[in-house]
Amino acid sequence: MPAIEFHRVGKTYRGARGTLRALDGVSFDIEAGEFFGLLGPNGAGKTTLISILAGLARATEGTVRVMGHDVVTDFAAARKALGIVPQELVFDPFFNVRETLRIQSGYFGVRGNDAWIDELLGELGLADKAGANMRQLSGGMKRRVLVAQALVHKPPVIVLDEPTAGVDVELRQTLWGFIARLNREGHTVLLTTHYLEEAEALCGRIAMLKQGRVVALDRTSALLAGTASTMLRFKTDDPLPPALAAQARVTGRIVQLKAQDAAQVEARLAALRGAGVRVEDLEIGRADLEDVFVEIMRGAEAPA
Amino acid sequence: MSLQGTGTLFRKEVLRFWKVSFQTVAAPVLTAVLYLLIFGHVLEDHVEVFPGVGYTSFLIPGLVMMSVLQNAFANSSSSLIQSKITGNLVFLLVTPLDHRAWYLAYVGASMVRGLAVGLGVFLVTVWFAPLHLREPWWIFVFAALGAGLLGSLGLIAGLWAEKFDQMAAFQNFVVMPMTFLSGVFYSVQSLPPVWQAVSHLNPFFYMIDGFRRGFFGASDTSPWLSLAIVGASFAVVAAFTLRLLKSGYKLRQ
Repeated sequence: MPAIEFHRVGKTYRGARGTLRALDGVSFDIEAGEFFGLLGPNGAGKTTLISILAGLARATEGTVRVMGHDVVTDFAAARKALGIVPQELVFDPFFNVRETLRIQSGYFGVRGNDAWIDELLGELGLADKAGANMRQLSGGMKRRVLVAQALVHKPPVIVLDEPTAGVDVELRQTLWGFIARLNREGHTVLLTTHYLEEAEALCGRIAMLKQGRVVALDRTSALLAGTASTMLRFKTDDPLPPALAAQARVTGRIVQLKAQDAAQVEARLAALRGAGVRVEDLEIGRADLEDVFVEIMRGAEAPA
Repeated sequence: MSLQGTGTLFRKEVLRFWKVSFQTVAAPVLTAVLYLLIFGHVLEDHVEVFPGVGYTSFLIPGLVMMSVLQNAFANSSSSLIQSKITGNLVFLLVTPLDHRAWYLAYVGASMVRGLAVGLGVFLVTVWFAPLHLREPWWIFVFAALGAGLLGSLGLIAGLWAEKFDQMAAFQNFVVMPMTFLSGVFYSVQSLPPVWQAVSHLNPFFYMIDGFRRGFFGASDTSPWLSLAIVGASFAVVAAFTLRLLKSGYKLRQ
């Protein structure tokens, strides 16, 4: 049985300014124990899909199941199986960290949960903040509490909606170390992120969404292998010749160019030299997930 | 429905107002005392509402009930809209708690706050004029029903309102007029016939009249009629609130 099943999920928002088709026939399964990445540009429908999964929004059509439980008709069992770390940094200003976690635990019917709460506080570096009011915590600390809240009822499925947006390096390390451990212990993890290197490092399988549709769904290694395997990276201040400019990805002074094989690397360099482009810090490397992402998003301009 | 989960939400809602009890309990008690001092002082010598009952004695139960009603409303409505606006309602939305659990917890906590403030007002004002407890069961019945009804209305307002000014409008244009025009400060029998008839259409009138009956053994209308009307109003409002909660109205897109 898959941990999460999305079956032909569609969502249409109807408002005063017209209708918006946020999701359009999204179908895929996430197997138990997977570390799964959900990627896509802003507005692709990632958060809508997660909101439907969590019961925060309702699908216009289609069905979603968590550990076999339908999120609408059997919502209590579905939500017990889910731990959601929301994207927004929200908190209840009336309570301190321990109270917050005890309350969240109680909502799920878990009694006498202090041993696990203490373990969570320790793992997330919050042990000395247990008595601190939520208002007094820094943004990074509040994010840790959100993670602890999501895990307080020991859900088998953990959903993290851009958990590292605006988070410092230390917390990222702590967080990923902890989540990776939970994954090794059998928890299923669904992650949405803007940091593609995170997805590449952590996720065994990835779905990419664009304009509410799945445009890629495969093992991370297969996605990486399926694209041009070589990337030319260099810095320059000169304009590129038009033929290359059309294929290049330019970030400030940094230019990245795809190459299929050694002959094409040579041809590219010859074209640059011929155009009088001064190349600095040249590297030839493997394509990473970001390259795959850009390529797929370009290829999916007109979804089939 | 999980009893443990419902109990947690109820305790959280009680704790929420109790942590700021200076504002949520002490302040409304002071307001009621100010009403009593001003109206009682001005009107004491001019009005005798029921035979042998002075104006201040008449006013005290009205103020107690008004405090119960307003604070029961304030509790559920302000808790819900604050959670909606700050976004922390998400912690509740992702739980297995169903609409009945939400209703019981929010309305239960509203009743606790309303009754706590009412008791506070009673304990502070009871020294100002002679009061009896002639039919005390009516006091408990109407205080509890009134608090529950207003706690439910607060939930409806909290669900409906998207901004604090909408909430203020609900409070100022619906709850305040209905409480003030219900006979808190006067007996409706002192009104011209037209306004008497209008007052009898206001369910708040029956709550306050029935509540007062418990103190004086006298009322503008039969306590049984009041009980029937207040009970029926409660049932209708509760059913409507439960329906809104079940449908996810303005909670789940």
